[in-house]
Amino acid sequence: MIEFNSVTYIHPAGVKALDDITVKFGQGELVAIVGANGAGKTTLVKHMNGLLKPTKGTVKVFGYDTTQQTVASLSRRVGVVFQNSDHQLFSDTVEHEVEFGLRNFGFSHEVVKQRVDWALRFFGLNEYATTSPMMLSGGEKKRLCLAAVLAWDPDVLVLDEPTVGQDLLNKEKLEQIIRLLLTQGKTVILVSHDIEFLWPMQPRTIVMSRGKIIADKPASKVFTDDSLLAEARLIKPQLVELAQRLNVGDGEVFDNIYTAKKWILDRFRCA
Amino acid sequence: MPKIIEIKGFTFHYAGSPRPALTDVNLSIDDGEIAIIAGPSGCGKSTLLRSINGLIPHMYSGTYIGEVYINNLKVSEHTISEIAKHVGYVFQNPENQIFMFSVERDIAFGLENLGLPREEIKKRVDWAIDLLGIREIMHRAPHEISDGQKQRVAIAGVLAMKPKILILDEPTSLLDPLSALDLITTVKHLHDTLKLTVIVVEHRLDLLVSIADRLIVMEDGKIISNNEPREVLKDDRLLTVGVGVPSIVRLRHLLKDACIFKHLPLTPSEFVEQINVAQR
Ligand SMILES: Nc1ncnc2c1ncn2[C@@H]1O[C@H](COP(=O)(O)OP(=O)(O)OP(=O)(O)O)[C@@H](O)[C@H]1O
Ligand SMILES: Nc1ncnc2c1ncn2[C@@H]1O[C@H](COP(=O)(O)OP(=O)(O)O)[C@@H](O)[C@H]1O
Ligand SMILES: [Mg+2]
Ligand SMILES: [Mg+2]
Repeated sequence: MIEFNSVTYIHPAGVKALDDITVKFGQGELVAIVGANGAGKTTLVKHMNGLLKPTKGTVKVFGYDTTQQTVASLSRRVGVVFQNSDHQLFSDTVEHEVEFGLRNFGFSHEVVKQRVDWALRFFGLNEYATTSPMMLSGGEKKRLCLAAVLAWDPDVLVLDEPTVGQDLLNKEKLEQIIRLLLTQGKTVILVSHDIEFLWPMQPRTIVMSRGKIIADKPASKVFTDDSLLAEARLIKPQLVELAQRLNVGDGEVFDNIYTAKKWILDRFRCA
Repeated sequence: MPKIIEIKGFTFHYAGSPRPALTDVNLSIDDGEIAIIAGPSGCGKSTLLRSINGLIPHMYSGTYIGEVYINNLKVSEHTISEIAKHVGYVFQNPENQIFMFSVERDIAFGLENLGLPREEIKKRVDWAIDLLGIREIMHRAPHEISDGQKQRVAIAGVLAMKPKILILDEPTSLLDPLSALDLITTVKHLHDTLKLTVIVVEHRLDLLVSIADRLIVMEDGKIISNNEPREVLKDDRLLTVGVGVPSIVRLRHLLKDACIFKHLPLTPSEFVEQINVAQR
């Protein structure tokens, strides 16, 4: 549903941020994009709703060339939550921020009310409904951006560093909603440095370096590949390191603390 | 040990906010400590840091009760620039911090304000640029770099000032994992060599706990725990507060009494060492 074909992007200042990228994102997929600072991740996702247009090559979203579409029409189907919340928030109150997109996309008054209520509650922001977004803490701003985009229910959700400023409980909630969206056949694309967050979801993992995609494979293959990790400035999730130190058999991974617990209790007579 | 930071009966309520951001906070930090502040989003971590560097009350209006001292200076009675001579502060959002027309100029700016000689400024800018690995982008404008690169520039600018008290608000949130690890190693090294006091707000404790002397946990504007990290993390009730307890520590809590560990393991290697001991 999103297709990059030999895409190169050069910033107006002359920096080549994407270098001949060809990649496809399909329906119902969970995809993580990882890699060093400056690798080109944000530049890549800004092409998904047409905010940036390729210098060379084409990007097609649901079959439409993004150069022929407005950002608004693309955004209805591809919702992007940006890395820096301050660039996304502009309304006078928290509830108006969530309402804005919904109204723009023509939802009925009733639906707008319901969705705003749901989104603010889900992200623990209801007590701030009538305060200014600028008065929120960093993590709260991020959740407001997530709430605003989730509310209009796009088919593809693109989240650039969604866990910044989030505590463990909010990260768990975010993981829950991502899993729920996937069961509804939605596509979720996550850009993240937070490997401890990504790991339990075992996403298809795209690794970027200097404007190129240097790997595109399951998380279990990326995070056990030492030379790839070094090249992309990644480190191992704690559970991968633990499995290796415990000499867990080839191909077996602890994708979460529960599988690790089971393995340990089967193998070790503690106490 | 002399107290470098003393906070007594401190309450702060931002004007226009539905409730106080901090309530009756008491905290003292020894000279030379490395302390982590953790806690759920919105619990008051950044507010506490702003109270230490004087942004509160000088830049944010609200109800201010109690006292905050740094280096025996009462923060409310000294200007921000006076306090800045003692406290270096890395903002949570780097965009609120960098504003000059080039990365290099931005790092020099703080040093010029300190009134350092030109040669010294040049030396320090160079040092900070290499420390944060940003030589490649030093001539770019701040809006021409990625968000993670902005965070590095913001950190470089503060480290270059070599402040006696270094305060970092979620400094690794935008850094790639290896750079996050490098930053923590750098901060530890600066602490050891320059005898800094360091206060870091962080959600991801996995990388940080091993270098910290102290872990302070906040919830709803109050300090609910304040001790050596291993002691604090022993309490499995922290999991319900929303603190970024490392996976290894969560795994240890999950095993409950099925395995006995002598110490609470904080890293995979400690975990494996301990479980082997337990097995023997
Ligand atoms: N507005 C801009 N003008 C010029 N160059 C830019 C601009 N924005 C980003 N760049 C450069 O383009 C490259 C890719 O940046 P991008 O923001 O896509 O990186 P990223 O992978 O998202 O990094 P991070 O992990 O730090 O967010 C980097 O070299 C960056 O310095
Ligand atoms: N400038 C501000 N004006 C009003 N309220 C604020 C402001 N900044 C933060 N707050 C509120 O104060 C509380 C604590 O915020 P903050 O200290 O930023 O939290 P943390 O850093 O722990 O996420 C939150 O409820 C937040 O909404
Ligand atoms: Mg980015
Ligand atoms: Mg904060």
